[in-house]
Amino acid sequence: MPHQPVIKVRDLVVGFGDSNVLDHLSLDVTGGEILGVVGASGAGKSVLLRTIIGLLPKRHGSVEVLGVDLDNANEAQRRALERRWGVLFQQGALFSSLTVRENVQFPMRENLVLSPRLMNEMALAKLEMVGLSRDDANKFPAELSGGMTKRVALARALALDPEIVFLDEPTSGLDPISAGDFDELIRTLQQTLGLTVFMVTHDLESLYTACDRIAVLADGKVVADGPIETMLESKHPWVKTYFQGKRGGMLVDRRVVNV
Amino acid sequence: MGENLLTSKLTGERLELAAAGSWTAAHAGELETLVDRVAGEAPAAKSVSIDMAGVSEFDTFGAWLLERLTRAWTSAGRKPVIVGLPKHDRGLLKEMHGVNREPPRPPASENRIVGALAAVGRGGAGVGRDFMLFADMLGAVGVAVTRVLIRPREFRFTSTINQFDRVAWQAVPIILLITFLIGGIIAQQGIFHFRKFGAELYSVDLVGILILREIGVLIVAIMVAGRSGSSYTAEIGSMKMREEIDALRTMGFDPVEVLILPRILVLIVALPVLTFLGCMAALYGGGLVAWLYGGMSPEIYISRLTEAISLTHFKVGMVKAPFMGLVIGIVACAEGLQVKGSAESLGLKTTASVVKSIFLVIVLDGLFAIFFASIGM
Repeated sequence: MPHQPVIKVRDLVVGFGDSNVLDHLSLDVTGGEILGVVGASGAGKSVLLRTIIGLLPKRHGSVEVLGVDLDNANEAQRRALERRWGVLFQQGALFSSLTVRENVQFPMRENLVLSPRLMNEMALAKLEMVGLSRDDANKFPAELSGGMTKRVALARALALDPEIVFLDEPTSGLDPISAGDFDELIRTLQQTLGLTVFMVTHDLESLYTACDRIAVLADGKVVADGPIETMLESKHPWVKTYFQGKRGGMLVDRRVVNV
Repeated sequence: MGENLLTSKLTGERLELAAAGSWTAAHAGELETLVDRVAGEAPAAKSVSIDMAGVSEFDTFGAWLLERLTRAWTSAGRKPVIVGLPKHDRGLLKEMHGVNREPPRPPASENRIVGALAAVGRGGAGVGRDFMLFADMLGAVGVAVTRVLIRPREFRFTSTINQFDRVAWQAVPIILLITFLIGGIIAQQGIFHFRKFGAELYSVDLVGILILREIGVLIVAIMVAGRSGSSYTAEIGSMKMREEIDALRTMGFDPVEVLILPRILVLIVALPVLTFLGCMAALYGGGLVAWLYGGMSPEIYISRLTEAISLTHFKVGMVKAPFMGLVIGIVACAEGLQVKGSAESLGLKTTASVVKSIFLVIVLDGLFAIFFASIGM
């Protein structure tokens, strides 16, 4: 279902204690696009992601994913919906007592009736798709490097061929080369699998190379929303500093030279 | 599922397949059976074609099964033709074309007898390794003690007091309760059985000697191993998992001196204190039962107790306590440092810590029994 909002966030308020982190925020994510969500540390990017997938309670507003309102959904609808999205957590959140292969198979094992042979083949296929070798499949999460952990987590998020993947800072903690590879990987997978990607990130490079659209969070709201060109023209002070500051500026220059 | 995911038609030497419906994860189980059946039909046909035009949904599961089918045919010497696949799904099939090319590695075949022997061998080596580990920890603690003796200002006084509060002070109520009950039970059993010979008075000897020499210190040590030993292992283990111990080391601190020495010292001090309190509670419980159940007045109980026990019995019990504390501390901390990255290993090591320290406490008690018997105490 391309070009239709698959995630609809309306008037969302989320807070802890006395303060509201998200203050009447509204956001749409269109099917088939890669949306990058940026903002200062503590601006509520991860809070937004966790609220959409139902891990945090909201105070006000509504969230609709793939046409299902999570508040009004019953248990069965919720479970069905959860099968249609995949989540990559910031730290990977791999199950430490299972091997890499078993981690990827876990959603398949729980949700589908598959023969062990097919499950093995699919798990290895997904691992190959994210760029891991067969030798890595039998390792335990504790034996993996940071980049490999992220790749396995992505393979697990993709295990059931979801329609939406939520990525929480997928490239943080990776070296620039791995991060670049990862961006490219997400781009390729998005094209072959027709995914919708909701990506929380800090990485300017990712925004330039991977994202179709960018939403900037500040003061609990979306203050700028659009492709990279819109960001560069924005008058909002934070957006200006972010995209045209020292690091952002470098990328702009390079972009100009490349074009 | 009313859909015909895959139908086959054999006309002469030509096998024609028509795919329809959702070739997705949800139907992968059914599809696999169908695909495997069709793959077996290939030898009958000279040429095969598969029409994907009727497929409404297609994902990696469907793409892989299609790829598996074409590989099976290709290896049987046929050239399958795929028609009608939408353009955007072709990329997916191409992606799948590249995967699972290496044959799966055959699982290492292992002789069952060899496996059993290897397990025994590994177990034996494990015992030896544990022994080395504990000796190593004991040595490290010894070094840390010497260093602290030379420079007393480096001793972690605050941390030690904090640990003492948790290990000794907060354990007092439960230790008092348990030993009180054990003392009462021993007295009741003694009175019940000695009554047959008219020797109820000797149950006081039983209670006094058994508790002061053996039971008091054993119960307390087992309680502390379960209560504090496990928490030491879990604490140090999760610090290890979160690289806190490595961080300490890089800042020039010795983890043994900072984390382990205070904990072990606290156990060495706490165990005699708790043992003393426990013994008193047990004697009190025994006296109460003797009075209420055996009809023995407190005066008689106390005068019989002073005759039955001597300072020697008390000393035998108390001398053992700090050593048991040392054993519990060494085992708990050594196991904590063995924790690897996974949550499972934290659980395993915590269990191992409690089991091993209780075992060693009992072994140590046996060794002390031999020692005291031979020196006539």
